[in-house]
Amino acid sequence: MGEDAESPKINHTFLRDYVTEADVISTVEFNQTGDLLATGDKGGRVVIFQRETESKGESEEAGEVGDSGEYNVYSTFQSHEPDFDYLKSLEIEEKINKIRWLPQQNAAHFLLSTNDKTVKLWKVSERDKRPEGYNLKDEEGRIKDVSTITSLRVQNSLPCGFTVPVLKPTDLMVEVRPRRVFANGHTYHINSISVNSDGETYLSADDLRINMWHLDITDRSFSILCDPDLFSAEFPPHHCHVFVYSSSKGTLRLCDMRASALCDKHTKLFTPFTNKSFHHQCKVSNRETQFFLSGSVVSECPAHPQVHEYLRSKLCSLYENDCIFDKFECVWNSSDSVIMTGAYNSFFRMFDRETGRGVTLEAWRENSKPRAVLRTRRVYTGGKRRRGDVGVDSLDFTKKILHMAWHPAENIIAIAATNNLYIFQDRVNPDAQTQ
Amino acid sequence: MSATTAMEVNIEARRILAVSISKLYASRSQRGGLRLHRSLLLSLVMKSARDIYHSSRESDAPSEAQSPPEEPMDTSSSPELPEPQPEPLSERNSSETAVKESDSEEEDYESDTTEDKENLSPARQSRKRRGKASAAPDFLPNKRARLEPGEERYAAPVASCRVGAGESLTTLSLNQVIPAF
Repeated sequence: MGEDAESPKINHTFLRDYVTEADVISTVEFNQTGDLLATGDKGGRVVIFQRETESKGESEEAGEVGDSGEYNVYSTFQSHEPDFDYLKSLEIEEKINKIRWLPQQNAAHFLLSTNDKTVKLWKVSERDKRPEGYNLKDEEGRIKDVSTITSLRVQNSLPCGFTVPVLKPTDLMVEVRPRRVFANGHTYHINSISVNSDGETYLSADDLRINMWHLDITDRSFSILCDPDLFSAEFPPHHCHVFVYSSSKGTLRLCDMRASALCDKHTKLFTPFTNKSFHHQCKVSNRETQFFLSGSVVSECPAHPQVHEYLRSKLCSLYENDCIFDKFECVWNSSDSVIMTGAYNSFFRMFDRETGRGVTLEAWRENSKPRAVLRTRRVYTGGKRRRGDVGVDSLDFTKKILHMAWHPAENIIAIAATNNLYIFQDRVNPDAQTQ
Repeated sequence: MSATTAMEVNIEARRILAVSISKLYASRSQRGGLRLHRSLLLSLVMKSARDIYHSSRESDAPSEAQSPPEEPMDTSSSPELPEPQPEPLSERNSSETAVKESDSEEEDYESDTTEDKENLSPARQSRKRRGKASAAPDFLPNKRARLEPGEERYAAPVASCRVGAGESLTTLSLNQVIPAF
């Protein structure tokens, strides 16, 4: 940047903002084993990271877990392109709203990715061998006429013969191919997808309706619910006949598909405490459904006052700058003892379910070095101010952590901070069960 | 509540209403189309702010009035914004047309009682005090078309906000933008 010392310092910040808008990560998801991590961004791309399996050499001692592997880029592909709905004269954004991995059944991995209108099934497979030894062309480079071929040999073929190609090892290639496209199922914007434990069906939910699809059938889906108050829907991990959906009022409804085809009467209803104020109606809507991994208890985010209470005084300005519509994801760890959610100023928070105590951490590269221990942060809301506390008025509302994921077995978390992905590991308690 | 805080609440409610309306209009042109959930929340906020605005105006009214202090606003002639529980199909349309409906119905109400009011001589102008809720809130821009000299203003028919007679459409088309949804 120092080539031309005479030119005035050009402000490139607008360019940076423009260029990276498409890089903003919009969803993060681990697969069932945690070896793969997929992120989707606003530009419609999906990046898959794979955990490196470290070689166990001298580090293997009795009882020691060993250094956890790092996540490196495994594959990148363009999942969705910008589209246009001619009937309504509306652009369809290519932003990836959700990614869900299918349970692995063979060597290949399958994932579902969705934008506002279309769900796609992708097959991710590895290829590390390549067939070589084709002799489809003769010495002059012309393709041999099939009618002249009289023999097929393994090697050293005659001019009138084909050679059977031989598989030779080659550099690892990761291929991603679209296998299904589930389109035209939703009038409104798809906000969540969830794969059924039966491995054959999945549901997609928009603002109004839940559709159930079969993974092999793309031209039809079943509308199993119509509710103007729908927010997100989820299948439990082990029961294929029930699902849960949440509403903007913070209620959760459990529906049993065995009871009837149209599940507009819920089987169970969970209602949290709610306040009555018009801004609180917006706040209450910032929830997402997530099942306990045990499947036996349904839960959601802890009450908002605990998480974002310090923002209560700023509700009006949050409304004006649209931050009040931000939807923060909540994720549980594998043992369901800790819940994590995002906040502003690149902060994210974890709460222990038993004690209710929380800790605030920061995902901001400039404030922590790689492999350094994260120090806890605090938003100053009164009382004794400690060093490092951040006042509510100094919070940067453009730096928000909306999307995150927790490894299914270990204490590894992936945090999406705008266009950066942070992966944190708990070295003290790597396994969730030891907590 | 005291007069000053009622005034502050009134101003704040008006401001929030104006912000909400501008957000609703702006969301029409945003990429990806209208977000149903966000529009619903905006209309909920608008409804609450409007209720607070009217109730604070009520308490602002001369306290020497002998009428009972807190009349529920439902009895007024102001049109109610649709509840967010309704049939799904009309939901989205209703949230979008909520603003339009409330404006057009208030205008219709206006035109009913003030038919040709502009052309009345001052002596004959009706002394009837319009309901507070039916008066167009002053933060909204005036939607009546400016008349050319020599033109007369035609009163809009009562049910003109529903699509019906052709002439009602032409009367309204100048004043309202109907989204092509």
